[in-house]
Amino acid sequence: MTATAVTPARAARPNRFRFGPLWLAVPGIAFLLIFFLVPVARLMGLSLEDADTGAMTASHYGRIFETDVYFRVLLITFRIAGLTTLFSLVLGYPLAYWLSRLPDRTRGTMILLVMVPFWTSYLVKSFAWVIVLGRTGVINQIGLGSGLLSQPLELLHNELGVMIGMVHAMVPLAILTMLPVMTGIDRRLTQASGTLGATPAKGFWLVYFPLSLPGAAAAGLLTFISSLGFFIVPALLGGRQQTMLAQLIIVQVQEILNWAFAGALAAMMLAAALITCWVYDRVFGLSSLSGEPSDGKAGKTGFLRALGLAILDRVASISSAVASGSHALLGPAVSSRMLGIYSLMMFAFLMLPTLVVLPIAFTSSQFLEFPPPGYGLEWFRTYFTSDLWVAATIRSFGVAFATAIVATVIGGSAALALARSRSRWRGIIFAFFLAPMIVPRIVIAVGLFYLFAQMGLVATDLGLVIGHTVLALPFAFVAIAAVLKSYDWRLDQAAATLGANRVQALRFVTVPLIKSGLTAAFLFAFITSFDELTVAIFVSGGVKTTLPKQMWDDMILQLNPTLAAVSVVVFIVVTTLLLAAEKLRRST
Amino acid sequence: MLAKPEQATRPKLLVDGLAKSYGATVALKPTHVAVQPGEFLTLLGPSGSGKTTLLQMISGLVLPTEGRLFVDGSNETDTPVHKRDIGLVFQHYALFPHLTVAENIGFPLKMRGKSRAEVDRQVKGALDMVQLGHLAGRFPRELSGGQQQRVALARCFVYQPSIILMDEPLGALDKKLREHMQFEIKRLHRQTGATIIYVTHDQEEALALSDRICLMNHAMVEQIGPPQEIYSRPRTAFAADFIGISNIFRGRVEIGSGGVAHLSTESGRYRIDGTGLSNNAEMALVVRPEHLELGSTGANEISGRVAEVVYAGSETRLLVDITAGELVTVRVLPGKPLPSIGETIRLSWAPEAAVLVTP
Repeated sequence: MTATAVTPARAARPNRFRFGPLWLAVPGIAFLLIFFLVPVARLMGLSLEDADTGAMTASHYGRIFETDVYFRVLLITFRIAGLTTLFSLVLGYPLAYWLSRLPDRTRGTMILLVMVPFWTSYLVKSFAWVIVLGRTGVINQIGLGSGLLSQPLELLHNELGVMIGMVHAMVPLAILTMLPVMTGIDRRLTQASGTLGATPAKGFWLVYFPLSLPGAAAAGLLTFISSLGFFIVPALLGGRQQTMLAQLIIVQVQEILNWAFAGALAAMMLAAALITCWVYDRVFGLSSLSGEPSDGKAGKTGFLRALGLAILDRVASISSAVASGSHALLGPAVSSRMLGIYSLMMFAFLMLPTLVVLPIAFTSSQFLEFPPPGYGLEWFRTYFTSDLWVAATIRSFGVAFATAIVATVIGGSAALALARSRSRWRGIIFAFFLAPMIVPRIVIAVGLFYLFAQMGLVATDLGLVIGHTVLALPFAFVAIAAVLKSYDWRLDQAAATLGANRVQALRFVTVPLIKSGLTAAFLFAFITSFDELTVAIFVSGGVKTTLPKQMWDDMILQLNPTLAAVSVVVFIVVTTLLLAAEKLRRST
Repeated sequence: MLAKPEQATRPKLLVDGLAKSYGATVALKPTHVAVQPGEFLTLLGPSGSGKTTLLQMISGLVLPTEGRLFVDGSNETDTPVHKRDIGLVFQHYALFPHLTVAENIGFPLKMRGKSRAEVDRQVKGALDMVQLGHLAGRFPRELSGGQQQRVALARCFVYQPSIILMDEPLGALDKKLREHMQFEIKRLHRQTGATIIYVTHDQEEALALSDRICLMNHAMVEQIGPPQEIYSRPRTAFAADFIGISNIFRGRVEIGSGGVAHLSTESGRYRIDGTGLSNNAEMALVVRPEHLELGSTGANEISGRVAEVVYAGSETRLLVDITAGELVTVRVLPGKPLPSIGETIRLSWAPEAAVLVTP
């Protein structure tokens, strides 16, 4: 400022208000720029370069469409992601609706039955489904044993297996995404529709459903984007016909070292994700992703709105008629409980398969037999006496711990910065911190791998921590931002009038009050890193392996009961931390 | 207009022993209320007094634990919400945020299967009634609080339910707007002849609007009657305290020889009308501030020190510290000489101006 040179009084006091509290977000922004934006952009750049000359070329993209093979994988990926989204929404919506109408306290408990499967490692879940769906798996054993089946059903290594695994993996995400919008819907609105003469069915379709749409659409968006980048489920539960884009990218990078082509494939995936986001933003506005009421974009697009209302009118009349029919047929007692019964079945679907791993871990058999012929601790002994497994476990804990600290500190200061700032950059920075959640993990992982290869960070713990921090940052950021939302900033002003400087106010007032949010952020970041596989596949190499990477290698090679023992340990660690985080988050 | 007993052959609404409890918590004890056609009845009481519970049971949103509800003589206790001919105006309006003003008002008509032309015509009429014709295409969030309130009223009046329930409809508005909307509601009531049951915790609102006030406390009806009666003849100390300002002296009845009755309190012995009272009964004497006079002209007298002089525009109130350390409020009309703070003054009242109530 020129003014400071003229007035000495001002020069003595540096103008720290000029840039405002946004300074605190700078470390996080810099971190994401270097380890998220640059690697992803670089990967996109690679896809347009000729590997030898470095000249611009579209030939890598041409290759995707030249042969049938790659194009088919692209189509299969969209098909599986689309179907997964559809089923996750249809199956998840009624459960989310049921949860949203529970009293707050009961909902807080029941929601854990969704949170636990949500945070359970995809590896553990997929492994469990192999045990359940296999030729000698739980379902076939029960079916054959009871005489219901004359020959085993083919449930694995086909599209059915993939869809079961994918939907099971994605329903919790769908539910947890749409739930905040649903609980935010004023209950008095449906009551009002009742007093104005609407039957319960009409009240639901004409009032509740349209208001819940932004949430359901957000759930669809996140489910679709996450499904696009999946490789664990199709690799373990699918056959050759269900190869998805992410698997292709892994092969291109790990086996063929064709970066440019991998970049082109990643670009297709990223483009699909971004286009989905763009469409969502056009219709609903991205702000409704965070559970805030949409700014009414949906209300303004005249033709779409009229069409939607007309369709809902028709649906409402039909379902009202159906409801009164079934009401008469089944009696009021049964029909009012149908939703509860459905919800119980969904909880069973979400929780039970994973629990199948428990008895297998204690089996005395060499094989994944169900039910186990006898019980013992042999496989836990194998786990804990194997240098490879123990080293992987220790590394995973160490990396997760470091990740959690880094993510909490830079995510926390960024959340603090944005909560205080009134800058017009606020929205963009907020979105930037959430971006690693929107960009498919495989794209981030491959981009980081390329960057780390140049920096010499491949197969180092530091590389793992950096990669995991990129992925954990959004979770930590959101957890702290949520606590800060209800934080009363006048307390800081009060501290200031009582003589505290900014650091003192932060240390003695703000941090103690948001401690629960900070701890929750720490735990969520820890869990994210602890069962992270995508980055680990590329960045952890050779003996420097993490627990999920070691599980993955074993699963690809040969399924064995040690995996069940490891799964049980992972499941218990993650669930314990999750319950602790949830308890803390709620105690505010 | 006051519903006169002789023209009310059959009550519009009869609450016959309705009660509600949630586990061990009693939200409303068995309650009996009869509402006449076209009457404006206010349920008045502090929060937790059961007034909203009673309203919700009438609307059908909450099912009673016991008792019955009759509308026009027919039992409606188990009728589902959407089949009752009852309108409810919610505390925070409950306008559908995804529908325009016109669509909100048209909603109940559509539910009743009215043709599109009919809906349009009636919506227009309702919009004109609340003077919001120019805002038909707006969404609720684009309206001010007062405008939203008027849309909520229009949405309720448009399908002409014979009973309209209002749950603290003006609670979210500022004072000026609230007074304006009170006037508006009174006009709609006169215009439509609907039976209105109105919930509020604001005594001024209840006095201004009601044909009768049903005063509630501790999950039961404390007193029910026209506003003037509740104000001038409260039956309990609670009623006297809740409506208007009251000076309440609690004490014991002493009936002397010759039937002369006094109430013996901490601050003194006051002459009362002892008809029907038994000796030693615990009672309370209510004296309104406007019935206290400066100087010793009335039969009952107290003295005290002026603790505070409060100017309230049309009048001035004195807070007088009487012997027992309690404050009494005295109203002094403009133009009268005012004592100064700290001065000891005498106050008096005529026995017939005071009301004896149960404590």
